[in-house]
Amino acid sequence: MTTMTIAKAINEGLRATLENDPRSFLMGEDIGSLGGVYRVTEGLKAEFGAHRVMDTPLAESGIVGTAIGMALRGHRPICEIQFDGFVFPAFNQITTQLAKIHTRSDGQLSAPVVIRIPYGGGIGSIEHHSESPEALFAHTAGLRIITPSNANDAYWMIQQAVACKDPVIFFEPKRRYWLKGEVDTEHPAQDAFTAQVVRGGTDATIAAYGPLVPVALAAANAAAEDGHSVEVIDLRSISPIDFDAVEESVTRTGRLVVAHEAPTFGGIGGEIAARISERCFYSLEAPAIRVGGFHMPYPVARAEEHYLPDIDRMLEALDRAFTY
Amino acid sequence: MGSAQQAATGTRPSAGVLQANAVGAGDMVQLLDEGGMRHADGVFSPYIDALDAGTLRGFYRDMALVRRFDAEATALQRQGELALWVPVVGQEAAQIGSGSAMATADYAFPTYREHGVALTRGLDLADLLKLFRGVSNGGWDPRESNFHLYTLVLAAQTLHAVGYAMGIQRDLALDSAAEPAAVVAYFGDGASSEGDVHESMVFAASYSAPVVFFCQNNNWAISVPFEVQSKLPLVNRAGGYGMPGIRVDGNDVLAVYAVTRWALEHARSGRGPVLIEASTYRIGAHTTADDPTKYRLNEEEDSWKAKDPLERLERYLRAEGLAGDDFFEQLGNDADELAAHVRRATLALGGADIRQKFATVYAEAHPLVAEELAWFENYEASFADAGSPTSQGGAA
Repeated sequence: MTTMTIAKAINEGLRATLENDPRSFLMGEDIGSLGGVYRVTEGLKAEFGAHRVMDTPLAESGIVGTAIGMALRGHRPICEIQFDGFVFPAFNQITTQLAKIHTRSDGQLSAPVVIRIPYGGGIGSIEHHSESPEALFAHTAGLRIITPSNANDAYWMIQQAVACKDPVIFFEPKRRYWLKGEVDTEHPAQDAFTAQVVRGGTDATIAAYGPLVPVALAAANAAAEDGHSVEVIDLRSISPIDFDAVEESVTRTGRLVVAHEAPTFGGIGGEIAARISERCFYSLEAPAIRVGGFHMPYPVARAEEHYLPDIDRMLEALDRAFTY
Repeated sequence: MGSAQQAATGTRPSAGVLQANAVGAGDMVQLLDEGGMRHADGVFSPYIDALDAGTLRGFYRDMALVRRFDAEATALQRQGELALWVPVVGQEAAQIGSGSAMATADYAFPTYREHGVALTRGLDLADLLKLFRGVSNGGWDPRESNFHLYTLVLAAQTLHAVGYAMGIQRDLALDSAAEPAAVVAYFGDGASSEGDVHESMVFAASYSAPVVFFCQNNNWAISVPFEVQSKLPLVNRAGGYGMPGIRVDGNDVLAVYAVTRWALEHARSGRGPVLIEASTYRIGAHTTADDPTKYRLNEEEDSWKAKDPLERLERYLRAEGLAGDDFFEQLGNDADELAAHVRRATLALGGADIRQKFATVYAEAHPLVAEELAWFENYEASFADAGSPTSQGGAA
């Protein structure tokens, strides 16, 4: 067991991947000598060389589009998109090309490209640096989307993403990059595409992912002081969603709150609420309640505290669930 | 300082190669004019001089076969057997010339109109029609022919081509005994305005990727004339990326073959990408859903018909005594047989099975796909007594 930050855990996971798979390599803007704007790839160019840690031209569609070509040739590209809000120049390549190559080749070809994207707000940053666009990608069949919330998952899930034969978008909770945790480099974490109960409870379930998992845990602790036993599920995978795990939990607790930073409209929370209402109708004591961003472009930094779901917003949602 | 073309041949420069640092358009390379007369070029003629009569006849044969195939596919669409067809008539030389220049290990990324290139890569042309009949979004295994699937989102494939070329470089870095190869990225004058073409050229130049950008400038992006895409021939853009550019008569199969051979050797030998602009014309409609009479004049079409790629080569072959009536008569029969084969194969294609689509969304098991497939199977089974819901046509 080693204690490290999430950023360091991703760095170590990438290092292990580069050591274990000679066909893997990193590509992106400023990831080489600088080590990435968040230093997630720090030291890797010095260790593995510019050929394995490629600084690319400043062109997101070019990064993903050429990664597809290299993957078709049998290589394992791990792309970095510098910020969530800058992925959209690559949106066409990701959704019309990367997501579809396996099915449009009738299963003959695959493009196992990993795309790392720092996402989410809470860092007081400027426009386009705090967004949570995961639902836009989750709506596209052919992609897998995962996001770790702790260092151990970060270390293992990035490696599992590279090992997967499908394209994987790996959303990194940027405001948690410096969150420390224990990493067990000997024993792999559970399957990256499954959810994990991170706190047991009996009265309600909060399902969250990425940056909001620590908030959900804090909300559950606060609720405990009021006598409510709240279970917390770290979804870990946004596509596919481990509905079985959520169903199992809600069947026991009867109440569900789903939380994410992204706007609730058309979001992951709505999808979970709909599926769980079908699966758990007779177990539910209250409708599934969503906690998330508002239907607005991500606000300016000095207003983001009112936008981002916090402990109180989750407690308010729990209170509503308990009133039924 | 040895220029690229001097490095290629050691002879006098060709007027047609626009150097990476040059300004202004190079002359258009033409080795066979509309009347079937050969013209010499210091760099490119040697590629043709080295060819035997059988190869020259082969160029004509392939152009004639794809033209006949194209007519048959158009007919199949008109008869309701294809959802859509994308005619290639007029562009045969650009495609047969460039495709024939590729080595076996080279790899082509086509748009959706490279039927002629497909022929040179050894595809059964009937496979191309699976896409247009709606039974597959692919239709062949690109690993067998090194001819990638058609890409309908304009210019997206140019980045894949550059990445694939960078993958070849990575193969060579991992294994110095790996076979050098190059990639041809096909695109058109319309797609040249897409950002992905720009990004692909930036990446190719930055990494000296072994890729040849082959633009068929057929003068029309559906209804929009070339002048709306660019004020200058596209070859001028090559210098901005630091790569050689060649403008070639795209209706001259000999010139296209020669310049593509030169460009592929340039790329394969590690000297980086090349841009070729093949000046040609889309004689037919953009697709069978298009109506060129709404946006262009018959006179323009007629002027390009006079530059027909097949006619000029036939004149040359006959004048040089390289092919006679027997050859052309036999070829006509072979072309009809190809058309008959394509028709038979197309009509014999079965439907499409949605289960196969469930099975290929992901390469690895996926719980949502599995759940929806299970639902679908149960739903289908619920109609077991009355036949499938689709086959009973809604009759209660």
